[in-house]
Formats: sequence, C-alpha cells, structure tokens
Amino acid sequence: MALKMVKGSIDRMFDKNLQDLVRGIRNHKEDEAKYISQCIDEIKQELKQDNIAVKANAVCKLTYLQMLGYDISWAAFNIIEVMSASKFTFKRVGYLAASQCFHEGTDVIMLTTNQIRKDLSSPSQYDTGVALTGLSCFVTPDLARDLASDIMTLMSHTKPYIRKKAVLIMYKVFLKYPESLRPAFPRLKEKLEDPDPGVQSAAVNVICELARRNPKNYLSLAPLFFKLMTSSTNNWVLIKIIKLFGALTPLEPRLGKKLIEPLTNLIHSTSAMSLLYECVNTVIAVLISLSSGMPNHSASIQLCVQKLRILIEDSDQNLKYLGLLAMSKILKTHPKSVQSHKDLVLQCLDDKDESIRLRALDLLYGMVSKKNLMEIVKKLMTHVDKAEGTTYRDELLTKIIDICSQSNYQHITNFEWYISILVELTRLEGTRHGHLIAAQMLDVAIRVKAIRKFAVSQMSALLDNAHLVASSTQRNGICEVLYAAAWICGEFSEHLQEPHQTLEAMLRPKVTTLPGHIQAVYVQNVVKLYASILQQQEQAAEAEAAQEVTQLMVERLPQFVQSADLEVQERASCILQLVKHVQKLQAKGVPMAEEVSALFAGELNPVAPKAQKKVPVPEGLDLDAWINEPPSDSESEDEKPKAIFHDEEPRHVRRRQPEEDEEELARRREARKQEQANNPFYIKSSPSPQKRYRDAPGVEHIPVVQIDLSVPLKVPGMPMSDQYVKLEEERRHRQRLEKDKKKKRKKEKDRKGKHRRHSSLPTESDEDIAPAQQVDIVTEEMPENALPSDEEDKDPNDPYRALDIDLDKPLADSEKLPVQKHRNTEVSKSPEKDEVPVVEKKSKKPKKKEKKPKEKEKKKERERKVEDLDFWLSTTPPPAATPVPSMEELSVNTVTSPKDESEGPKREELEDEEDNTEHDQERKSSRHKKKKHKKEREEKEKKKAKRKQPEREHEQEEPVQNGAAEEEEEETLPPMSSYRLLAENSFIKMTYDIQASLQKDSQVTVSVILENQSGSFLKNMELSVLDSLNAKMARPEGSSVHAGVPVPFQLPPGVSNEAQFVFTVQSIIMAQKLKGTLSFIAKDDDGATHEKLDFRLHFSCSSYLITTPCYSDAFARLLESGDLSMSSIKVDGISMSFQNLLSKICFYHHFSVVERVDSCASMYSRSIQGHHVCLLLKKGESSVSVDGKCSDPTLLSSLLEEMKATLAQC
Amino acid sequence: MIKAILIFNNHGKPRLSKFYQPYSEDTQQQIIRETFHLVSKRDENVCNFLEGLLIGESDNKLIYRHYATLYFVFCVDSSESELGILDLIQVFVETLDKCFENVCELDLIFHVDKVHNILAEMVMGGMVLETNMNEIVTQIDAQNKLEKSEAGLAEALACAVSAVKNMNLPEIPRNINIGDISIKVLNLPSFK
Repeated sequence: MALKMVKGSIDRMFDKNLQDLVRGIRNHKEDEAKYISQCIDEIKQELKQDNIAVKANAVCKLTYLQMLGYDISWAAFNIIEVMSASKFTFKRVGYLAASQCFHEGTDVIMLTTNQIRKDLSSPSQYDTGVALTGLSCFVTPDLARDLASDIMTLMSHTKPYIRKKAVLIMYKVFLKYPESLRPAFPRLKEKLEDPDPGVQSAAVNVICELARRNPKNYLSLAPLFFKLMTSSTNNWVLIKIIKLFGALTPLEPRLGKKLIEPLTNLIHSTSAMSLLYECVNTVIAVLISLSSGMPNHSASIQLCVQKLRILIEDSDQNLKYLGLLAMSKILKTHPKSVQSHKDLVLQCLDDKDESIRLRALDLLYGMVSKKNLMEIVKKLMTHVDKAEGTTYRDELLTKIIDICSQSNYQHITNFEWYISILVELTRLEGTRHGHLIAAQMLDVAIRVKAIRKFAVSQMSALLDNAHLVASSTQRNGICEVLYAAAWICGEFSEHLQEPHQTLEAMLRPKVTTLPGHIQAVYVQNVVKLYASILQQQEQAAEAEAAQEVTQLMVERLPQFVQSADLEVQERASCILQLVKHVQKLQAKGVPMAEEVSALFAGELNPVAPKAQKKVPVPEGLDLDAWINEPPSDSESEDEKPKAIFHDEEPRHVRRRQPEEDEEELARRREARKQEQANNPFYIKSSPSPQKRYRDAPGVEHIPVVQIDLSVPLKVPGMPMSDQYVKLEEERRHRQRLEKDKKKKRKKEKDRKGKHRRHSSLPTESDEDIAPAQQVDIVTEEMPENALPSDEEDKDPNDPYRALDIDLDKPLADSEKLPVQKHRNTEVSKSPEKDEVPVVEKKSKKPKKKEKKPKEKEKKKERERKVEDLDFWLSTTPPPAATPVPSMEELSVNTVTSPKDESEGPKREELEDEEDNTEHDQERKSSRHKKKKHKKEREEKEKKKAKRKQPEREHEQEEPVQNGAAEEEEEETLPPMSSYRLLAENSFIKMTYDIQASLQKDSQVTVSVILENQSGSFLKNMELSVLDSLNAKMARPEGSSVHAGVPVPFQLPPGVSNEAQFVFTVQSIIMAQKLKGTLSFIAKDDDGATHEKLDFRLHFSCSSYLITTPCYSDAFARLLESGDLSMSSIKVDGISMSFQNLLSKICFYHHFSVVERVDSCASMYSRSIQGHHVCLLLKKGESSVSVDGKCSDPTLLSSLLEEMKATLAQC
Repeated sequence: MIKAILIFNNHGKPRLSKFYQPYSEDTQQQIIRETFHLVSKRDENVCNFLEGLLIGESDNKLIYRHYATLYFVFCVDSSESELGILDLIQVFVETLDKCFENVCELDLIFHVDKVHNILAEMVMGGMVLETNMNEIVTQIDAQNKLEKSEAGLAEALACAVSAVKNMNLPEIPRNINIGDISIKVLNLPSFK
C-alpha cells in the first residue's frame, strides 16, 4: 500500500502542477493559445488516470484556465470525482472548481446530492465548511430541496464556524426553494441572538437581504433589531441593521420616530465614517417617511445636512461622492435645506473626478429656481465648452435640458433665452442627443404661443445655416434639430419674416443628403410654407410672384421624388402633382391660396405619450368576446376574416363618441377658463402695460403676452443666450418697481384680489418673478374618460417575489422540509404497506378535524404579534420589550435529549395524536399552551433530523444508480452526456436527446440543442421531418402534414439554446431513423442567406425506456412468471471496470441496478408502453455477457444490439 | 449582495475572478475586460466608486482599490455599504499580506487557489461571512495544517521535485520583472 502511494506520488512529481502551468503560460507569450491547448490535452490524459492526486492536480489547473476564459464544463464529472475524494486537500480543489463552473444547467450536478450530504455531516468541520462554501455558489432548486433540512440541522452545530456558514447559505436555499423559508425562519431568528458574533452577523445579513426585497413581512422583527442596534458594537452588523431600518421605515412611520433619537446619538458618537454615513442615510429615509406628518424635525435635517457638508468638504474623494449622493436624497423632500449649499455643489462641478461631477449635476436639478436658473445654466454651458469627453458632455447636455424643462418649464421666465440656449447647443459636435434638443424645440414652440415668432426666426436661421449643422457625417446626431426646425418653420409659417428665403433654403439640393425622416418633414413643410407664401402674395395681388414660387416648387421637388426613402418619395410625388395642378389653375388666373392653405388648417396639440394606451374601452364593448359565433371545426380557416366585416355592433359604439366629444370639449374649456382666472401667473388679471396678443379665433380664451423687448427680435446670425441674462435682470427690476407701486395702490384699495397670492409676500421670493412668457398648453391631450391607471405591474420573473411570504403565521403541519426517506430497505421490499398509509393518515385525517380551531388560533396569534408591535412602537422606553421571552424559552428547549430513534414513523404518529388532543384543549386555553405546542414541534423536527443520519449512512451503501462512483474514488469515467450529435455545418451544430415519459405511452420528446457556431445571426429556424408510418412529428394544429415546425427562438452569434419537439410513435420495438432538414436564415453584415442542414434522427429503443427502480422481490417474481422471452449477447475485450460499466448502461440505456454481487448485476427497466426488460450482467476477465429477458422478443434483440455497440466502446 | 470579485493587474490580466452569479466564460471575460477598461482609465485620487451597467441590474456599483500593480474590484448591489466594502477590500489585502508574508503580485499569480481559499473565508455566495482578520487567518492556518498532515511523505517528495524543477529552469527570474510589486497596505482611518 505504502509502496503504491509512493509510486503514485513519483508519477505525480513529473506532471505539471499549477505553478508549472502558470510559468509555462508566461514563457509562451507568443503562442499562448497553442500552449494552453497542449496543456488541456495533458490534463485530459491526467484525468483518465486512477490516482486521485493526479486528478486533483489536473482539476486545479483547469480552475486556473477557467479564469483565463476557457470552458471547462466538459470536466464536470471529473470535478465531482475530485469533490468526493476523502482527503480535504483534494476535496477543496474539487469544490473550488465546482463553485467556479457549475450552474443550474450543469447536467451532472444532480449526482452531487449524496456527496454533499455526506460532506455536510462529516466529522471534520473543514469538510463541512468547504462543502457549504461550494454549495453556496452552485445550489440549484433540486439541491436546495434535498439538502434544506441537512443545512437546517447545521444551523445548530456546536462549532460557530459551521453555524455561520450554514446560516448564510440558507439565503441561497430560500431563493431556490422558497417553501423552506417558513419552516426555517424560527431558527434563523434564533440565530440573531447567537453568542458568537460571527453567527449573529450572518443571521443579520440573511434577514436584511430577505427584508430588503419584501420588507413588510419583517416589520415584526423591528423590536429585536432595535435591541441589537442599541447593544451591538460590531460596525458591520450595525450598518446592516441600520440599512434594514432604512427599508422598513417607509412602511411604518412610527418606527422612524423611535429611531431618530438613537440614530442621532450614533451620528454624534461614532468615529467610523461608514457607520456615520449609513446613519445619516437612514435618518434621511426616516425624515422622508415622516415628511408629510411631522414638520418638527428641522433639527435632524440640519444635523444631516451639516454632517454631509463635512463629508463633501473632506479631501477624501469617496466621502465627497457619498455626501453628494446622500444630499440628493434629502433634496427630494427638503429642497430648501439643500439649496443653501449651492456654492458647495457648484464647486464640485469643477472637480476633476467625473463621478463627482455627475453627482453634483444631479443635485443641481433640484436646486434651480426662477432666480438662479439662468446663472446655473450659464455655468453649465461653460462646462459644456470645456468638457473633453463626449460622454460627460452629453450628460451635461441632457442635464441642462432636464433642469430647464422640469415640471413644465416651471423655472423658465424667458423662453427666448431658452430657445437661444437650445440653438447654442446645436453647435455641439458629435453629440447623440440631437433628438432631445429637437424635441425641446418642438415642445416649446407648440406650447408657448408667444414665443413662436421668435422661435420661427431662429429656426429659419438654423435652416439657412443647415450646412453647418449637417456638414460632416460625424455630426449626424445633431442634424435631428433640422427636423424640428423644418417643422416649426412650416407649421408657424405665418410668423416668418422672409418666407421665400426659407423656402429656398429648404429646397436646396444639399437637403437630399439628410436622413430620410428629416427629408420627409422638409417636403411636408415646404408645402405649408408654400401655402402661406401664396396667401401673402395673393393678398398683395402679386400674381406673378405667386406663379414664380409655384415654378420654383415644380423645379425643385423632383429631387425628392427620386429619393430612395419611400416616405420622402411618396410625399414628394403627391405634392408635386398637387403643385402642378395649382400651376395649371394659376395660369388660368384662379386664386389658389385659400384652397391650398385649407389643407393645413387647424391646430396641432401635443398628445400625451400614454394617450393611445388610455383610451377606455367603450361601454358594452367586450374585446374578448367573439364578434361572430366561433367557427365550427368543420369550417375552413380561410372564411374567418371575411366574417369580421359583416358585423355592425362596433360601429354603433363608434358613432356615439363625437357627441360626447363636443360636450366634453365645452366642459373642459370652461374648466380651463376657471383655472386661469385663479392662476396668479396669468397676466390677464394683472393690470400689465403689455399689450394683449390675439391668436387665431379658436383660441381667444388663451391670453398670451406679446414680448416686450427693447432690442429687435431678429438676431443676426446665431443668437447669444448671454445677453438675456442682462436683459432679464433689467426686466425683473422693472417688474419690481411696478409691483411696489401696485402694492401701495393696493394698500389703499383695501386688498381686494385674494387670488394674487404672490403680491402679499414681503420680500422678493422665487414666486415673485413673473415670467416673460407663459406655457400656454400645459395639459397634453388625453382621450376622455381616460383611467388613471399608472400602477406598473411587478416583474413576474423577479426571483425575490417568491419569498414574499408571511412569516408571522404559525407553521402548519404540512410545512415541513422534505426529509430524505428510505428508498429501499435492506434487501428491498415493495413498499406498499407501511409507508403510504402513514402519510395519508397524518395529512388528511387530523387536518380535517382540526382545521377550524387551528385557523382561529392562527388569526389570534397574528393579531397578538401585531398588537405587540403596536405596543412597542407606541411606548418609547424601554427599547427591547415584550415579544422576546418566547424565543428564549425556545432556545432552551432545543437542547432536548435525543429519544429512541428506532421507533421511527410509529412514534411520530403517536405524537401527532398527542398534538391533536392538545389542540382540543387549546381551544379553551391560553397562550402558554401555544408556546408549548411550538416547542414540541421544534423538538420533533430535531428528532427527525437526528433520525436521518443513519438513513444517510445507509444510502451510501446502496448500489449506485446513475453512475455516481462514490465508493471507489480511484476509478475514472469519461464525462457522460446523453446528447448526441445530430448534424453540424459551419453555421450551426445540433445535438439531441430523446426523452420518454411514462404518462404518454406513444410519445417521446426530442430536445435539440442548437448552437450557433458562426458570426451570423440565425433566425427563422424551422425544423421539418419526413414522417414515417410509425413515427410522426407533432405539429401545431391545422398545419399540413409536411409543414415544418418553427424553432421558437433566434440565435445571436455564439449562443446556443434548446428546442423541444414532440414525436408520436406507434411501435417501439424497433429502432428507426427519420430524415429531416433544418432551414434557417443566416444574417450578417453582408446580408442574409437562406441555409439548410440535413440530419437523421435516430430513435434507439433505449430511448423508449424509462429508468424505473425495481425491488428484488418483484424482480424475482417477474423472472419466475415465465412470460418473458430470453436472449443474450457476449462482448469481448472490455477493459473498463465493472462499476463504470454499470454506470454507463444505467446512463445511456436507462436501466437501474436491482442487485449487485461482485462482478455480477441484475438490472431492470421499463418501456413507455409497459414492456418489462430484465438484464443479468456478468463480467469475466475481459468480457461481459448480457442475458436479457423481455416481454417482447424484438424489442429485446434491438436493445441488446444497442447495448453491444455501447459495450464495444468500453 | 456582492455580485462579483475581480482582481486584475495594470494590464488587465485577470489574477482572480469570482462570480456569484452564473455567467458563461465568454461573458466573464467580457466583464473583466470592460471593468478593466472602466477602472484603469481613472486617475489616482478620484473616488473609488463607479456606477456602471456592468452586470445585469442597474443598482449595481463597482467599488475598487488600486494597490501597486493590482486592482481589487468588487461589484455590489445597493444593499452593501460603499465604505464598508472598501474596508472589506482592505481587510482582504491585509489578510493576503499576512498569509503570504509580504504579498506581491507573484503570489497571486502562482497561488490563485490559495487566494480563493482565503476569499472563501471572507465572502460566501456573495455575502460577507467574516470581517475579522484574525479569525480568517486562524481558519486558514488550521486548514493549511490539515493539508500538511494529509500530505506527509508525498508532499515532501513533491517539494523536493519542484525544487529540482526550479533548478532546471534558470530562466524563471528573467520573466518576473514586475518592478515594485509589493502591495503597500495602508492603514485606513474610516473603519475600525
């Protein structure tokens, strides 16, 4: 033995270890990939050896290669082997590799269950620890379900090292197996008061993580956490708890009130910045939750802001960053207290750190007011000029627009200034936010009627200088503004100073280089412009000039007709014909202006983005109802669409709407008038010297101010926004003087106008500044009767939603963690008699009887909990009050002595009965009993956990089923996958597996993994198969027998996905092949090509078998019955160990081992149509003989043929 | 939760990668590359936080520290305290320093498995397990002892062989010229 060991290690010495590998890679810098592939080949060789040390070394190297980006999933099985090594050294290597590369899709992961369970119960704490660490990285729903109760036991392990790991991993278990949360929660809660600080911290960690996702379920723990917060000295724990409180306070404002004091104390006392920061954050959260109810917390706000200021002023950039971050939270509810620190924020804008600048920008958003907007934006504009990176500049641009446009341009007093800012922004090179600027231009021009004239003049200047904006292709982002410019000039063409010039600018040949959607807008708006020019000239009776314009149009429009863009082409040819017609009529001297401009009569209002969605379903219209009777099956599908148009019902509904429209409109107009009368900003009501401006007749109810400026409106060239700052100052000064006068007058007049709220304010506050222009159209158009339905549904795929579980409800009997049960007893017997009835008795009978009282109880208990919390929240001292003692009682009781374990299920039954009698008593009795009841359950759980251990040991002695080679570590087995190659070409690789299920005796599911191997995007994949008499592909209803079945996904380059197809099979006794084709479209940069890939689906007889466990007595009876036919084969030249041979047959041919004696084993399987298949495997020196018995001789011979092929490879 | 822990050097070569959410190898490499790209272009003396859309959800943050030739990057979500994680990185580095005795990049290059083992004692499945350096070092030492006792004779032999191997490869030192590689561990005032 010792000699063998030494020999093994000598072998090992000359293998490369991890250090050698790393060194080698460093020495082969030029041909690294080649060297590594060579190493991987070596590793593959090493993995084939029997020595576990060699294997572990190989796996260790693989882990390193995984970090470099090499896929090592092919070695998953070897990793499991190394995991199951007896030595800790190797085990750790195995678990590390597993934690790096296993995930839910790893198919061999289910083989690890027993190994992990064994490690969890290992006497060495480090074996357990390493298993827990590994499991935390690759736990799957199945593993979580199977191991939950084992891990729960470990939560009460004697060693704190294990306890803390077990507590922490529970969070992962909860995520994968939410049903475990309620049974495990009491113990988790217990761990909050564990004597070991590490365990306590782990428990806090888990509960905080849980509570963050579903805080309301954890409110009842608040008193406990409060106690921890006041007693703990561990900063980590404190931070977690304080963060948790931050999540809880929005749900319970009273909690916040209670928290303020201790938190303030902490803020004053702590020296740790991290703790201070989190305290401030939570105080902010508290204040936000209180902001509506309690105004008296200005002291706390001041404290927070003051502390944050210290952070921001600190030289440490991290603190500065976090200070700004927290400040922005205060800003939302208490903007005033932050605004006083504007200087600081503006300072941060100059910081060299981009993250800090961005944070400061965020803060600015909330700091602007009417007074300082211009100043701040001016500062930002200088930053825009200075900014070197485009990302930061783009960020600045969006922020400027955000700041200015927030809450309906609330802070803008002079829209001319804003338009000039927007125009200035168009000079930015290479920004991607052209569309943002364009949207703002459109929005302002539409909503602020007074600004239209100015906007139009600016936009026409832009159009004139379009070559500057759209000259180089690099600037294509900004050319979006031309879209807005063209539209504004067209729509409001009546304001144009020199429409003719603009018209020519829009018809320049250069325009055709713009993107299609912009050209389309150009074309459309050229006509609007044309219409207004016609009108002007006909009014001035200049018929010739009008004809000239028409001629210009006829000449220039054809350049758009030739456009490649469909939209442009269509519009242009339409309009060209129109203009030609006009030309004809003009030649006859007919005045055309009226008719042409009638095309564009009416006003366009902004429509809310959600308007379409919010159109209410009219009464009596059921969208889900059939319009006609559903067609009978005999009816052919083609007739359906015709029928839709016969119906008249929907039309009735539609006709009703216009009437409502009129009424509604009148009503709304009235409401708007009312609103305006009460709005202090409407100049209509103030005796301003400015002239009224009247718009088109339909909107006379909207008062609009004419701009009163001392400079001419037309700014030559591009405008400068700076001048407005000065102008604005002057304007405000004038206003103030006026107001003073007014005030004097008013005092004499005995203060009539109550609605002029602002004039009564003593100092010039923000509201005092009356805007030069007003946003006229504030509301966006919405369909009438629109429902205010803003609540967005939660993401249904959120994994945390499953953990939204009420934890205060007492545990029900049915809620237990699944405990591993005996699968077969010693020499397996059929189970029918003892186990099943017990379960039924347990779950059904007592429940029915006891349901009512229990429910009442539950309710009572929950009420009590709520009461407790209320009590705790309402009284201030002492901090830790009532609900804790029950817990202490529990923890004392958990150390019960283990009772006789051999009694097994019987005892449990007895206990249940005891429980029942107890319940009866409980109906009358008080809380004590309930506690006792709880205790008892706890005990039971304990006992169950204890009882499990012998079972576990037993299980490992069981014959191994699907190839888990646990007992003999020294054996190797190449990784097995049931997926076989189906077909492959340069685009795609297909592997497939056939799965049968017992429920469907003539159906199998073929899972095909499609892997895109090319750089193209694969789509429209369709799988068509040539059916045989015996096997047919199931196709969607109604499709023809030869149609293909579409694959329900597309494949980006390098991606693989699995599709499943169902086949119906008549007879399963013979293997067969089906020919088929996969067709798909491969799309890459050069274009799309149609591709095909032929394949042959091989339905082996083994794929119709289903692994079915069989007990040896039943097996013997089956063999004795004599209605099975027999056949046998023998294969020579087999080198593989018997164990692996069995694993292979189990895996590939779906058999289970019934009994194994030395090198002889009996196996069993069952087909989907109920054929029994029994095998007897005997291994000689280098040969294996297989004797088979089966209810169908043909099936047996086919199966044996397949098995022969498998064995031949061994 | 911690979503990922990455260590790479000034050239973006990964020295350790630990993802607490499953990603394919290609995605992992891409994440490492992108993270390196984000982190490396930042000056010294700027803040150690980065908001990037690196992994999945939007509330993720990068928190990193730069020591000599190595970047230590933690990707975390909003449940972690920023300053706390910074201190955790510090604890991590100090622990490495203790376990390797004056840690430098070479230690991490050649003993990535040991680094993983140390990390496993600090962070488990994305949650902070232990922050007390002495406790971590105690556990690591105990495990090393266990490993030694298992190895016995075989390990001694392997040691001898690797010494021989090193003798046969005189070019080793030439390849390792990383300059000032020793990671300087500074004391931080922010956290106890």
